[in-house]
Amino acid sequence: MPLASLTGSRLRERRLTAGLRQSDVAAQAGISASYLNLIEHDRRRVRGEVLERLADVLGFDRAALADGQDAALLDGLRNAAVRGVAAAVELEPPTDLINRFPAWAAHLVALDRRAQSLERAVEALNDRMTHDPHLSQSLHEVLSSLSSVRATAAILAQTEDLAPEMSVRFHQNLHHDSERLAAGAEALVAYLDAGSGVEDQGIAAPQEEVEDWLSAKGWSFTDEELTEGVATYPAPLGSAAARTLAQAYLAQAADDARALPMAALTQAVAKLGPDPFALAERFGSDPLPMLRRLALLPELAAGLVTCDASGTLTFRKPADGFPLPRFGAACPLWPLYAALGRPHQPVDTVVAMAGPDARRFRVLAWGGLLRPFGLRGPELHTAAMLILPEAAGSTPALPIGSSCRVCPRTTCPARREPSILSDGS
Amino acid sequence: MSHHVLLIEDEQNIAEAIEFILTRDGFRVTHLGAGHGVARMVQDDRPDLIILDHMLPGLSGLEILAALRGDPATTSIPVMMLTARGRDRDVAERAGADRFMSKPFSNSEILAEVRAMLGL
Repeated sequence: MPLASLTGSRLRERRLTAGLRQSDVAAQAGISASYLNLIEHDRRRVRGEVLERLADVLGFDRAALADGQDAALLDGLRNAAVRGVAAAVELEPPTDLINRFPAWAAHLVALDRRAQSLERAVEALNDRMTHDPHLSQSLHEVLSSLSSVRATAAILAQTEDLAPEMSVRFHQNLHHDSERLAAGAEALVAYLDAGSGVEDQGIAAPQEEVEDWLSAKGWSFTDEELTEGVATYPAPLGSAAARTLAQAYLAQAADDARALPMAALTQAVAKLGPDPFALAERFGSDPLPMLRRLALLPELAAGLVTCDASGTLTFRKPADGFPLPRFGAACPLWPLYAALGRPHQPVDTVVAMAGPDARRFRVLAWGGLLRPFGLRGPELHTAAMLILPEAAGSTPALPIGSSCRVCPRTTCPARREPSILSDGS
Repeated sequence: MSHHVLLIEDEQNIAEAIEFILTRDGFRVTHLGAGHGVARMVQDDRPDLIILDHMLPGLSGLEILAALRGDPATTSIPVMMLTARGRDRDVAERAGADRFMSKPFSNSEILAEVRAMLGL
């Protein structure tokens, strides 16, 4: 049934339910019975003044009859069907449901949206509970304090002949542990209740602190700020480790800015496109700093991830629609890891991120090799991957995900653990 | 002669409470705040039972347990493991712990377990 026919079907349904004759309704609406018949059987599109008169005669809310609302409802129902357990079953188009039970249809769509929202929350919480070392440490701190409070309080309450010096000692312990418990519980609640940046909660990882700070600054400094040393990390940047990381970031960004001035880079991108390898050749630069500089161009809306030889993500600038794992390892199919394993070879791949809309990206990665311990010492591998939004197209795309734990691709041969989105969770 | 309990726990206040509870009940308690020195300690003054925390600085409780179970001289010493994480229970039992106690525990629970493990 075509979308435009929805209103006619609903008018007929309402007239029959009300026990009204076609000719009577047509007369009251100022149209012929034959025209109403065509409308009701979806052979004429009804809108404007005629629709308003028919809505008044049949007691409809005019706005609810508009095609736009039905279209949104129809899309919502289709999404619900695709996402539901019956995804593999060929479902009938849900237009009849909208026509006959519009309130139920709207309720179904609302429930599906609620389910999606809860699913996202579960993914985030599961990711934290499974991989978050800070949460684990916080829970351990709270339970240890609680153990001590419980044991000490019981001694004080149940030992009638407790020596005075022991009583003083245990009271001091109790006070110390109750303070520690209160602080730990507050930090834990703040963390689990996180609605804002993690830097406010006192238990963020240093890397997260730095990334939050950069995000708040729009991920960029001017070349002048960097090269003249004006750019500094803010005083409230929580931990000493975060300040060290921020200093290292600024020093590297300053080196990049000197080697690849933004004005010249912007001109070259306009001519060559955002191809880091062509641009690196043009500037005689190593591709790694080029990837970092391109990630800072606002017009590209690009993401960037870097990793060390262990595969640990050492920098994460997100791109819209390309979720980056906050904890734990990323998807092993990311071309970032292909570059890590094949240093000094360009990797240029179109990928499709797992998810309902299968967003496509062009990712460009490069692996580097450092020898800080000399030629005989161990070599240090590193890699970076630029993430560029890619328009839909026919180019085959490598299916990837964010991390196995939240990836719905159940049959992926690269999977290392079950997904919470599958039955094997 | 009183039974000797070796307590390996880095949380000082928890250790003081456990030591008090056991000492009051007639046990002789030796406390270590970390796993280093356990082997010499066990050799010099063999305990009848070891209470071992799971998360310790340096050597973890599981590493200490593995070392104890790998040495014929100490493999038969009963070990009770303390942990704040319930999911560590299976790991501890597979590693050879005789008992497992989750924090926060009560004084009467830990005392009852120690007595039971020593057949008292």
